[in-house]
Amino acid sequence: MIVYIIRRLMQAALVMVVMSVLVFAGIYLIGDPVLMMISPDASELEREAVRKALHLDLPMWQQYLLFVNDALHGNFGKSFLAGQPAMGLIFERFPATLELAFASLVLSLAIGLPLGVYAGLRPHTAGSKTIMTGSILGFSLPNFWVGLMLIMVFAVLLPDLVPGWPRLPASGRGATVDVLGVKLSFLTGDGLLHLLLPAVTLSLYKGALIVRLARATAREVLPMDYVKFARAKGLSERRIVGVHVLKNIMIPIATVSGLEFGQTVAFAVVTETIFSWPGVGKLLIDSILLLDRPVVVAYLVIIVFFFVALNLVVDLLYSVLDPRVRLESRAT
Amino acid sequence: MTTLSVRNLRTHFFTKEGVAKAVDGVDFDVAPGEILGLVGESGSGKTVTGFSILGLIDPPGRIVEGSSIRFNGEELTAARPERLRAIRGSEIAMIFQDPMMTLNPVLRVDTQMIETVQAHLKVSEADARDRARKALVQVGIPSPDERLRAYPHQFSGGMRQRVAIAIALLHKPKLIVADEPTTALDVTIQGQILFEVQRLCRESGTAMIWVTHDLAVVAGLADRIAVMYAGRIVETGRTADVIERPMHPYTKGLIGSVPSQNTRGHKLAQIPGMTPSLLRLPRGCAFKARCPIAIDQCNEMPALEEHRPGHWARCWRATG
Repeated sequence: MIVYIIRRLMQAALVMVVMSVLVFAGIYLIGDPVLMMISPDASELEREAVRKALHLDLPMWQQYLLFVNDALHGNFGKSFLAGQPAMGLIFERFPATLELAFASLVLSLAIGLPLGVYAGLRPHTAGSKTIMTGSILGFSLPNFWVGLMLIMVFAVLLPDLVPGWPRLPASGRGATVDVLGVKLSFLTGDGLLHLLLPAVTLSLYKGALIVRLARATAREVLPMDYVKFARAKGLSERRIVGVHVLKNIMIPIATVSGLEFGQTVAFAVVTETIFSWPGVGKLLIDSILLLDRPVVVAYLVIIVFFFVALNLVVDLLYSVLDPRVRLESRAT
Repeated sequence: MTTLSVRNLRTHFFTKEGVAKAVDGVDFDVAPGEILGLVGESGSGKTVTGFSILGLIDPPGRIVEGSSIRFNGEELTAARPERLRAIRGSEIAMIFQDPMMTLNPVLRVDTQMIETVQAHLKVSEADARDRARKALVQVGIPSPDERLRAYPHQFSGGMRQRVAIAIALLHKPKLIVADEPTTALDVTIQGQILFEVQRLCRESGTAMIWVTHDLAVVAGLADRIAVMYAGRIVETGRTADVIERPMHPYTKGLIGSVPSQNTRGHKLAQIPGMTPSLLRLPRGCAFKARCPIAIDQCNEMPALEEHRPGHWARCWRATG
C-alpha cells in the first residue's frame, strides 16, 4: 500500500515537470507580459528595467531553471501584476471554488442517486421515463445558459412577479465564517443562499450523469443471481436495494464523482464568472489574459497535485467498495 | 402429511411475442425427509417450477390463477408478499446453480450470513455470527472464523457452494429447492457435496427438490423422480422404477443418452431435434415431433396416468 502511494506520488512529480515545461513554453511563446503591464507610452528604458527586474530578459531555459530552483524552495514567484506571491493569491481563492464544487457534487449525488436507482428498479413507469428524459436535458443544456436562466427566474422574475417570493442572491459568496483562516460560506444562512444557484447550475450536468449511470448499473446488477439469492434468503426489499444493489452501484459512481469533482474545481470558470463567485477559475482566466505566468504555472501545479490526490482517494475508495480490487498489483 | 403439495401449477410469461407457458399444469408432492429429483433439459420448466415455489417469479411471468402450492397446509399462491418473505430463507431455502454468482462479490461472507439470520430472527449480531459459524462447520468448512471474515472471491467454487448451502441451512428449513447446485462444480467436489446434502437432509428430516438435467446425479440421490418436458411432467415414480423401467419415450431417450458400462464401444443414443419453443407449442403431446413411436392419437394431449403402482406417465403408448 505504501509502495503504491509512493509510486503514485512519483508519477505526479513527473506529470508536474512535464506540465510546467509545457505551460512555461506556451506562455513564453504567446507574448511579452511586459507589454500588458506597462502603459504603452512608457519609454524603452523603462520596459527594459521591468524586464530585468522580472528576469524576462534571460533566455527561456534560464528563466525556467530559475523558476524550478525557486519552486523547489517553495517559492512560485510573485504575480507580475498584483505583486503578491502567486501561491498566496491562489490559496486565498481556492476554498471558494472547493466549496462550490463540493456543494454541487453533494447536490448531484443527493438527487441523482435516488432518482437513478428508482429508474433502474422500475424502468417502465411513467416516473422513470420522465426522469430519463429530464436527464438528457440535464447534460445537454449549456452551463452558462442554465446559470443565466436560474438568475432570471429566481433572482429577477419570480421575486418581481410574485409578492413575497424570496429573492435568491445571484452574486458573490455572501457572509462567510473564518475557520482556521479559511473563509467558508456554507456555515452561514446567507452564505448557503448565495451558494444555492451556482451549485445547482453546476450540479445539473453531474446529477444527470449520475442518474444515467446509476440506472444503467442498477439494471445490470438487478438480474444478477446474487440479488435473486438475497431474495431467496428472505431479506427485505430495503436491505436488498440498500445494501446488495447499492454497494455495487457505488463502484462506478465513485469513479465518475471523482472525475467530475476534479473537473468542476479546475474548470468552473464559466459558472464562477456568471455568479461573480470569487473562485480560482476567474483568477486563472484573468491571469491567462494578462500573461501573468507565475499565477498560471502555480495554479496548474496545484491542479495537477489536486487531481493526483483525487485519483488516489478514488482508488483507495475503490478498494473499500470492491474487495476484489488490490491496489498493490496495479501499476497505473 | 406432505411438506409440499403442488397442484396444477401453471407459471406463464406474458411477453410481447405471446404467452410462454413455462410451467403448464404440474402436480407433485414431497414428504418430509424425501428427495424429489426434478429432471428435464433447458426450457423444460424445471427451474421455473423451483422459483414458483419460493414466489420468486419476476414479471412478465406470474403464477396463473387456479394453481395451488400448499406448504405445510398453507396456500402459498394466496400468501401476502410479506408472508412469503418470512417463509423464504427460513422454512423454504434455495441453493442456486452457479456458486460463482450467488454470493455478492462486494460483501463479506459474515455480512451475507448474519443478515440471513437477522432477517428471520431477532438476535444479536454476536448470536447470529455464532449461528453462521456453526453452519459453516456443518458443511465442512475448516477454520470458519477466518472464513467468515473473507470475501467470496477468496473461496474456490466448491467452497462457495458450501457457503451457499450453509446459508440455506441456517434456519433448518423444512424444504430446500436446489437448482442444479453441482452442475458448475468438478466431479470430485460434486460427489462430496451430494453426499453432504443427502446426509444433512436425512439427519434433519428436510424435504428437498433437486432440479437437474443430469439423470446420473439424481439416480443416486433422489427417492423419487419427476421428468419434465415443455412445462409438464411426463413421467414420475420411484427412482428405481423410472430409471430401470422408463415408460415415456422421452425418459427412455434421456437414459439412453447417458454413457454407461453397457454402451461402451457403441454409439451413444441421442434424442433428435430440439425442445419446442414455449411460445408455439404444438397441439397434443409436445414431444411427438421428436418421438420415435408417435401415432395419430398423439395430436391429443395424453393425461398423466398411473400405469404401474406409483409409476405414472403421460403417454398414449405407455404400457404397464
